[in-house]
Amino acid sequence: MAGEAEHGGSGFNIHPMDQFKVTPLFGGDSVHWYTPTNATLWMLLTVLAITLVMVVGARGRALIPSRAQSAAEVIYGFTRRMVEDVAGKEGMKYFPYILTVFLFILFANLLALLPTSFAPTSHIAVTGVLAVAVFVTVTAIGFVKHGAGFLKLFWVTSAPTVALRIVLAMIELISYFVRPLSHSVRLGGNMMAGHAVLKVFAGFAGALGLGAIFPIVAIVAVYGLELMVACIQAYVFAILTCVYLNDALHPGH
Amino acid sequence: MEGNIGEMGQFIGAGLACIGMGGAGIGVGHVAGNFLSGALRNPAAAGEQTATLFIGIAFAEALGIFSFLVALLLMFAV
Repeated sequence: MAGEAEHGGSGFNIHPMDQFKVTPLFGGDSVHWYTPTNATLWMLLTVLAITLVMVVGARGRALIPSRAQSAAEVIYGFTRRMVEDVAGKEGMKYFPYILTVFLFILFANLLALLPTSFAPTSHIAVTGVLAVAVFVTVTAIGFVKHGAGFLKLFWVTSAPTVALRIVLAMIELISYFVRPLSHSVRLGGNMMAGHAVLKVFAGFAGALGLGAIFPIVAIVAVYGLELMVACIQAYVFAILTCVYLNDALHPGH
Repeated sequence: MEGNIGEMGQFIGAGLACIGMGGAGIGVGHVAGNFLSGALRNPAAAGEQTATLFIGIAFAEALGIFSFLVALLLMFAV
């Protein structure tokens, strides 16, 4: 998406896709795997923010919690309840992983809403790694726990005839392998779409002069919506991880 | 009027791909509306089902995001 900004006929004075460009932090043009880029910077800031809230904020362990401590406690308790409800008692073993994923996505989404910041979670490369990691982990847990019995997940015994079961097995198999794609594209697409919408309205505001008040009001409204979407998408990613984990732990239908 | 026919096809295709997002809108509205009608009949049971609501919305919405992705690919990647 990088080269599109130059193309003059597009009619935008702020191109909505420019904000997703990955650029090296310390000059230069080429991006290698070791180059520190703005994506690395914002992921680092995400980790720092999480550390600040969850480790430094909750350090006091006071009986009457400070603001940061109660924020950390609310996030922890919320995720814990979610894992317990969806994946059951056996799922609690994997609670640290799900909390890590949830916190990373939540904080990356929220930090991305700061003006001039960069949204790592709007890149399919980042969300794809998260989703593939979940997919591989969950599949491995299923096979380690149940061996070949994990394949019962695809064999719907509640279907009346064998022919129907074969058809359903094929559908289940396809839907199983589409999981990492939909899991990653849902998060990445939502974030990208939201940020692009904000930038499109910003472009209108730049073009309209005094009438810019209308797009600015719209930006405020969309920003509120994006704040909600940022939290909901982190929640959805985490809860779908729990659902997949539950499938791996209890494969029977 | 200038430009080539391939670019025109890209733009038309991207526009057509966005129709799919309307389907996702219908799907998400259906999930949320049915949840609300069920929740108003039995408000006591509604609180426990919000997780299911969000999972349903997420599944319905994913397909709309796919069509949005196709539109973006046509505009910027092809």
